[in-house]
Amino acid sequence: MVQAINRALRTAMAADPEVLLLGEDIGVNGGVFRATEGLLKEFGSERVIDTPLSETGIIGTAIGMALYGLKPVAEIQFLDFIYPGFDQIVSELAKFRYRSGGQYPCHVVIRSPYGGGIKGGLYHSQSTEVYFTHTAGLKVVVPSTPADAQGLLLSAIFDPDPVMFLEPKRIYRAVTGEVPEGDHRVPIGKARNVREGHDVSVFAYGAMIPPATDACQSLEAEGISAELIDLRTLSPLDTSAVLGSVEKTGRAVVVHEAARFCGYGAEIAAVLAEKAFYSLKAPVARVTGFDTPFPYALENLYLPNAARIREAIVATVKAA
Amino acid sequence: MNAGPSPVPLPYSAPDLQRLLGADWSRLLWTAYRWMRTARALDERMIALQRQGRVGFYGPGTGQEAVSIAAGLATHENDWVFPGLREQLVALVRGHPLGTYVHHLFADGLDPGLGRQMPCHPTAREVHQVSMSSCVGTQITHAVGCAYGFRFRHDAAVALAFFGDGGTSVNDFHAGMNFAGVFHLPVVFCCTNNQWAISMPVERQSHVAELASKAAAYGMPGRRVDGSDFIETYLQLSQALEAARRGEGPTLLEFVIYRMSPHTTSDDPGRYQPKDWKERAAEHDPMPRLEQLLGALGLLSQDLVREMDRQIDATLREAVAAAEATPPPGPDTLERDVFAPSQPVAGTD
Ligand SMILES: Cc1ncc(C[n+]2csc(CCOP(=O)(O)OP(=O)(O)O)c2C)c(N)n1
Ligand SMILES: [Mg+2]
Repeated sequence: MVQAINRALRTAMAADPEVLLLGEDIGVNGGVFRATEGLLKEFGSERVIDTPLSETGIIGTAIGMALYGLKPVAEIQFLDFIYPGFDQIVSELAKFRYRSGGQYPCHVVIRSPYGGGIKGGLYHSQSTEVYFTHTAGLKVVVPSTPADAQGLLLSAIFDPDPVMFLEPKRIYRAVTGEVPEGDHRVPIGKARNVREGHDVSVFAYGAMIPPATDACQSLEAEGISAELIDLRTLSPLDTSAVLGSVEKTGRAVVVHEAARFCGYGAEIAAVLAEKAFYSLKAPVARVTGFDTPFPYALENLYLPNAARIREAIVATVKAA
Repeated sequence: MNAGPSPVPLPYSAPDLQRLLGADWSRLLWTAYRWMRTARALDERMIALQRQGRVGFYGPGTGQEAVSIAAGLATHENDWVFPGLREQLVALVRGHPLGTYVHHLFADGLDPGLGRQMPCHPTAREVHQVSMSSCVGTQITHAVGCAYGFRFRHDAAVALAFFGDGGTSVNDFHAGMNFAGVFHLPVVFCCTNNQWAISMPVERQSHVAELASKAAAYGMPGRRVDGSDFIETYLQLSQALEAARRGEGPTLLEFVIYRMSPHTTSDDPGRYQPKDWKERAAEHDPMPRLEQLLGALGLLSQDLVREMDRQIDATLREAVAAAEATPPPGPDTLERDVFAPSQPVAGTD
């Protein structure tokens, strides 16, 4: 997946000379995950900018570039370190278009690796996407395959609005797959049906797609037909894909590695309660991380895995 | 004209002014003086309208006009302004129509910002003045990114970042100054040190004797300027702007000024300012200082000033009447501009 991200950046930079990258260690070092490998050499230090260590500086500077009309793509080394720049994201980036009556669109892409499973402890593992989905004016995108990573990142870079592009770092290298050539875009705001089924709908995204896929597949032998939807864009949500699937299956399980309380699953459950209540045959189930900080030694206990997802699916199907 | 404490004199002779400001010096000073009277009249009118409940809120710039006017007159058309709390006047001097600004103050349907922000937070895209935020300091790094863009596109423009003395304490001040130093960008950092951040005196913001000295930490020149001397302010700004334009990098200018008004219409300085503050501030009021100079040079008459005030008053009356006759933004504008047109707000339905 990390190579697909690198290719998307290269494609976008080749297509548009005003696409710039900025972040910590992204130039000479090619990024700590190598997402920007080779780009400094290819596009030069005016376009691949190694910055001082300051997230508020990176994001604020990117906002200034975007107000002027450039297309900056900022890298925040880990989502866990984005908070010094959080004010710039929620107070400035998300609000510029609105507060200026549409006169100052502010199109910045912020790429950031997120999530657990790499033995990163409290500060290299968190999954805090809902801080951003809760803020009007931000689009929030999470790919789970190399093809989507490439296609969604290209869409994000050429989107007119700010996009938080959250990269599930656990599957940077673990998930491989074919990637189309060239400027092939995947639309923002459209979920992907990973596998069809008719007994239950499983909603997941990012690094939860592989264990959710395993869980669904293993249940086939037991006669449970589970549909798996990769949400891909968390904001704006593809509400019709969510409702369409549950109207068919009548059951829903939401999976995310973020904490449960007020997590993204709560929004999905609420949307289903509001708009698909009469289709539901069973309570909506959530398989999530815990309401604790992210633990180092017990990370495998913290993170949902195929067994936990499987259990929730079975319980939901058996409930009614 | 203005009664009250005698203003600190501006020590310039006509030949000085000719040498410093060029052949057109008297017109420049007249323009500046006219803007000072306009800004003062605007502040007075809006405070009165706020008290009457006709305007929701107002943040005056009384006492700080010389800096805004000098910036408005010293910048080029292609320069960008990233305002702090009190730089609305810069946009007006650079050509943003006063009538449009008054529509904004009334948050009516002709406010370019569609009434989404509190009064005194204008957007003036046509003069490259970026829409103001209430968050102290966040604009500083934006100026830096914009300046990066100037150099990237070979645009001979400069970005001005304004912020108050309180603004020097926020993290974006450090980040912005640091990035501008490292990348050697065409930014002029303008600290309007009016010596107060609401109730906090400047000594509570920093232990340095002069805020300008902070520039040293970022490898750029820093200068302290008498910000109620219009002439010195104009010269220092012009010099810093030209240095930036020539590729010589950023400068920090600390303008020492005196906040002559409450922080905003919601503030009561009687709770925290010493008794003699008002009088000291009045001695440094940039308007009588310039007025006295113009008078000494024989460039001012009672009649001229009376006529100027009459025109300003008529313009303001007309602008207020137009704003009060304009309906508020329609409910259909509520969800507009969250994203680009045609993009759904939070989810597809
Ligand atoms: C980040 C932030 N903290 C607090 C406030 C509340 N506040 C508004 S203005 C102000 C003081 C600003 O002082 P200064 O920067 O010196 O500007 P001045 O008002 O003197 O022009 C404060 C504390 C704010 N708007 N933003
Ligand atoms: Mg102040």
